[in-house]
Amino acid sequence: MSKDIRIKKGLDIKLKGKAEKVVSVASRSKVFAINPSDFQGVIPKLTIKLGDKIKAGEPIFFSKKMEDIKFASPVSGEIIEINRGAKRMILDIKIAADATDSYKDFGIKNPTELSSEEVKAHLLASGCWPFIKQRPYDVIANPTDQPKAIFISSFSSAPLATDDAYALENQQKEFQTGIDALKKLTTGKVHLSVNGTTNSFFNDTKGVEIHNVFGKHPAGNVGVQIHFVNPINRGEKVWVINPQDVAIIGRLFLHGKFDATRTIALAGSEIKKPQYFKTILGANVSNLISENVPNTNVRVISGNVLTGTNISKNKFLGFYDNLISVIPEGNHYTFLGWHPFIGNNKLSINRAFFSWLTPNKEYNLDTNLNGEERAFVVTGEMEKVMPMDIYPMQLLKATMANDIEKMENLGIYEVAPEDFALVEFVSTSKIEAQEIIRRGLDLMVEEVG
Amino acid sequence: MNFLRKQLDKIKPNFDKGGKFEKYAPVYFAFDTFLFVPNHTTKRGAHVRDGNDLKRLMYVVVLALLPALFFGMWNVGYQHFTQLPNPTDDPNFVFPFMTVFMFGALKVIPMVIVSYVVGLGIEFMFAISRGHEVNEGYLVTGMLIPLIMPIDLPLWMLALSVAFSVVIGKEVFGGTGMNIMNPALIARAFAFFSYAPFMSGDKVWVADASTIDGVSGETILGTLASNNTPSYSVMEMFMGYIPGSIGETSVLMILIGAALLLYTGVASWRVMASGVLGAVVMGLLFNAWGATALMNFPWWQHLLVGGFAFGIVFMATDPVTAAQTNVGKWIYGFFIGFFAIMIRVFNGAYPEGIMMAILLMNVFAPTIDHYVVESNIKRRNKRLEKNLKAA
Repeated sequence: MSKDIRIKKGLDIKLKGKAEKVVSVASRSKVFAINPSDFQGVIPKLTIKLGDKIKAGEPIFFSKKMEDIKFASPVSGEIIEINRGAKRMILDIKIAADATDSYKDFGIKNPTELSSEEVKAHLLASGCWPFIKQRPYDVIANPTDQPKAIFISSFSSAPLATDDAYALENQQKEFQTGIDALKKLTTGKVHLSVNGTTNSFFNDTKGVEIHNVFGKHPAGNVGVQIHFVNPINRGEKVWVINPQDVAIIGRLFLHGKFDATRTIALAGSEIKKPQYFKTILGANVSNLISENVPNTNVRVISGNVLTGTNISKNKFLGFYDNLISVIPEGNHYTFLGWHPFIGNNKLSINRAFFSWLTPNKEYNLDTNLNGEERAFVVTGEMEKVMPMDIYPMQLLKATMANDIEKMENLGIYEVAPEDFALVEFVSTSKIEAQEIIRRGLDLMVEEVG
Repeated sequence: MNFLRKQLDKIKPNFDKGGKFEKYAPVYFAFDTFLFVPNHTTKRGAHVRDGNDLKRLMYVVVLALLPALFFGMWNVGYQHFTQLPNPTDDPNFVFPFMTVFMFGALKVIPMVIVSYVVGLGIEFMFAISRGHEVNEGYLVTGMLIPLIMPIDLPLWMLALSVAFSVVIGKEVFGGTGMNIMNPALIARAFAFFSYAPFMSGDKVWVADASTIDGVSGETILGTLASNNTPSYSVMEMFMGYIPGSIGETSVLMILIGAALLLYTGVASWRVMASGVLGAVVMGLLFNAWGATALMNFPWWQHLLVGGFAFGIVFMATDPVTAAQTNVGKWIYGFFIGFFAIMIRVFNGAYPEGIMMAILLMNVFAPTIDHYVVESNIKRRNKRLEKNLKAA
């Protein structure tokens, strides 16, 4: 079939501690946190004060630039902390949760009977809008835009990734309702890419164009799929959303409430019994960690090990994440550790290691940088893990030089930081590719809009 | 190793910010990180990283150079002793292997030491004055430079060439990764144009030639350039029992190094393959023309003599100065091979062409890349135009 996407360039990073397919309900977190830094470029304007009581679905803050976009509380409870950093920037807002949630009622609606504007208003009012992100720039979608299409990747190819087909096993109806709502937001198509090697309920989704995707990571990255299905040109906009968040939107329409429940995987080599847990976004996962992680010198990551956020200090599940990865910290010295052909517990695409002989071995990688940051020296390695028709090193250099015209020409509109995660992983010179791309995208937002 | 680590940790505070010797931190950290891969963890972005780093990469190249280095030591002795009259009555007498090897080693090792001491000394000075870490690039350059010099080059000339190449060839551009031309070849070009009598002719390739009567140590290309027939067999060319720069003579040893570089993926196979291809094409063209002894020199023997093999394997593949795109690498390598043979044949004053060919293509590499990347940009713009028309 012509709709198949086959990714040849890339790298599957196989790590120890893949989550077993068992779901437990995590003990209810006492405190939840919303962290505005999860929302790239959003300057929050608070609508609540310390000590306010709120219901799940009631707004905590809105975006200063786009006031319609509201960010809702995932649970009902009391605002107990508003932490600010330099220049009074809000670091996080903490909510002490009630024993059981009371929800703000948004009314049961059938998206197929609503107009595009009504669906939009419903999503904006209920705090569901921030789930929808825009490419280019990887920021929250602007509700006044008309996207040329909406893309959903139903699977992740990242290390230790959550299997959303399993996580949403009993939520087919919610997922389909979410899709019906999203269909109202674009005049183009809704594209759903599925893992070509497995068959799940995603394949039976109606009203979408299904793409079978095969190959190595980053095959599951939505940006890569967009690149092969309908690449983004200058001036075009595409919206993307994660499958579990489609189900949250579905629940909004079916049950009339903002039910931000997620089934997350707790995975990584430091976890005693890696498995799935049912919890709510923004939940504190300290209990899960202390019950499952015997060691203390570990890094707790909300998201996957390539793109996730370090939450070792605060341990709150991020707004967009469906995975908690725990791996060992790498703050140790290695005597003559640069010597070729020793150190085979390390994964490398370079054959000065023997890891290429054991492609199916699961690694126990730590957070050691395995070297120091240097200028660009090696060429050709980034290209090996970049499946898009993009020159990664040239784009990075143009971005570092803030050369907007060159960035445009080299395809900055088609990439998100996560698409450069593998580039960053393989870089011999330890170039911080994701950070560079993020700064480049922010520059584009500012200069081009 | 814990003891060593403890000692290092004890003196480390002196070099940290605010410490007594803060200024000399690059020196301390160069040694510390050489002994131990540091405990740095990922701060932003991907939390796990590939095990490879620049130290390991550069060290692989140094390993790949060792066969050529050791063979070079032996060959220096061999070329010297074959010029000597037989000291015994036994017509089958050969000088003992260790005598030959040690003679060469004692000539070559001082050159390697001078190259590293001068080069690294300058690198450290730049690192201290600029407050950045010492880059690993010179580990390879420092080994390459002696290997591409004639054995009798005075050490002070070597030191000057090294200084010139590190300062003008590399540091003025901003250090490792920023330079335009291969630093080792800059050192050789500097020596070649400044001290020509020490860099070419039929005396310089034999150690202590001035003390020997009637030396005939001309290189094969030199012989050919004066329209004579060389007296070496193909086997001798391949094994490297011929006069030449220290490391360049043995194709066998270079191929062992090449195998390591290709196996580890450190050097680009595209550059090597297209370089050989370019030389073959040019060689065949000259064979067909056939006006001089050099033109008639069989195309495949061109690959065995002079610095061609060494240059293509170790110098043309330098990732910093080579073309950076995969397509660009094919074009870049091809023209290095092509021009190397062309300069050999056409330029009577200078029988070897690989150095000039690589330096020339170093300069053109960014241009090649520009046009390769331009085609990607054109594809993207075409797609945009098509969409605008459809809209």
